[in-house]
Amino acid sequence: MTRIAAAILAAALALAAAADTGRVSQPVIKIERGEACVASVPEMRRDHMKMLLHQRDRTMREGVRTTRFSLKGCVECHAAAKTGSVLGKDGFCSSCHEYAAVRMDCFECHSAARP
Amino acid sequence: MNPERRQLLGWGAAAAAGLALAPGLRLVELAAARSPEKAASALQRWGLLIDVAKCADCDACVSACRDENGWTGHGRPATDVQWIRKVSLRDKHTGHAQTAPLMCQHCEHPPCVDVCPTGASFKRDDGIVLVDKHICIGCRYCVMACPYGARSFVHEPVSGQKPEVPRGMGTVESCTLCVHRVDRGQSPACVEACSQAMVFGDLNDSSSEIHRRLKSEPSTQLRADLALNTGVRYQGL
Repeated sequence: MTRIAAAILAAALALAAAADTGRVSQPVIKIERGEACVASVPEMRRDHMKMLLHQRDRTMREGVRTTRFSLKGCVECHAAAKTGSVLGKDGFCSSCHEYAAVRMDCFECHSAARP
Repeated sequence: MNPERRQLLGWGAAAAAGLALAPGLRLVELAAARSPEKAASALQRWGLLIDVAKCADCDACVSACRDENGWTGHGRPATDVQWIRKVSLRDKHTGHAQTAPLMCQHCEHPPCVDVCPTGASFKRDDGIVLVDKHICIGCRYCVMACPYGARSFVHEPVSGQKPEVPRGMGTVESCTLCVHRVDRGQSPACVEACSQAMVFGDLNDSSSEIHRRLKSEPSTQLRADLALNTGVRYQGL
């Protein structure tokens, strides 16, 4: 299921990059902080959910609190400067997930705002 | 005594001296904060000691918990979440009244973990009992099972969570012993707010204050008859 979702997301992003379709609002990819992501762009697009899933179990169950794949780390760099959040109309996470029609549950509990 | 044996004893004495530089200052304690990449281990067991005689008629521990973990009520006591609360005790015969904080007792054999159908309620290796909200289905069996009434259910949507304390509607939550602070080598927020009545530490570490006091002074577990071996102990009840 996640594999299919990832494939759809990757395809959607490729499509978004290739052409401006006009009728559909495009994902907003504007990164305002940080020098480089924790992995290459194709890897992040394909596997970011796996990284987060792995990290979440390690942190929750074992108390391992490394920052490389932490959700807090994502928000730190990817939150929009104006809103301070990864959600909202132009939010890094929400705009792309909306475009790909993949629902994410992370921010029902986790803070989407930069501390 | 042969020379090798004498040398070995000498090294032993030097090592002991190195570990205890002066009373209250030890080298091992400096390295107590676990590094972020290291998993919690069963070598430690975190616990609290609460001296009820020194517990004043205030709610400093409750408000410190609320501020640290970002839980707020909606003015509906029957359904609001409650990680820690002050309970009043009164002897019917003598009229002697006391107050004490009550929260998750971080049992060694937690009933909430026994009844959880998904494995969301679990005990970390270092004895901290937590809810994995990623897999909690909100059935509330654990709320029923806990003899201390320490768990509560989030009935309403939550916003403005603290980055280190995720909380969400439809899951059960309780005192985490401020696990995010403990992992940084700090003590829980309630203990920081009320150091006169509360002591936090490693129950397994024979040099810790909590271990020393539990060994030398009388203390009680709440509902000791259930043999849960709680991590939170009380004095002066």
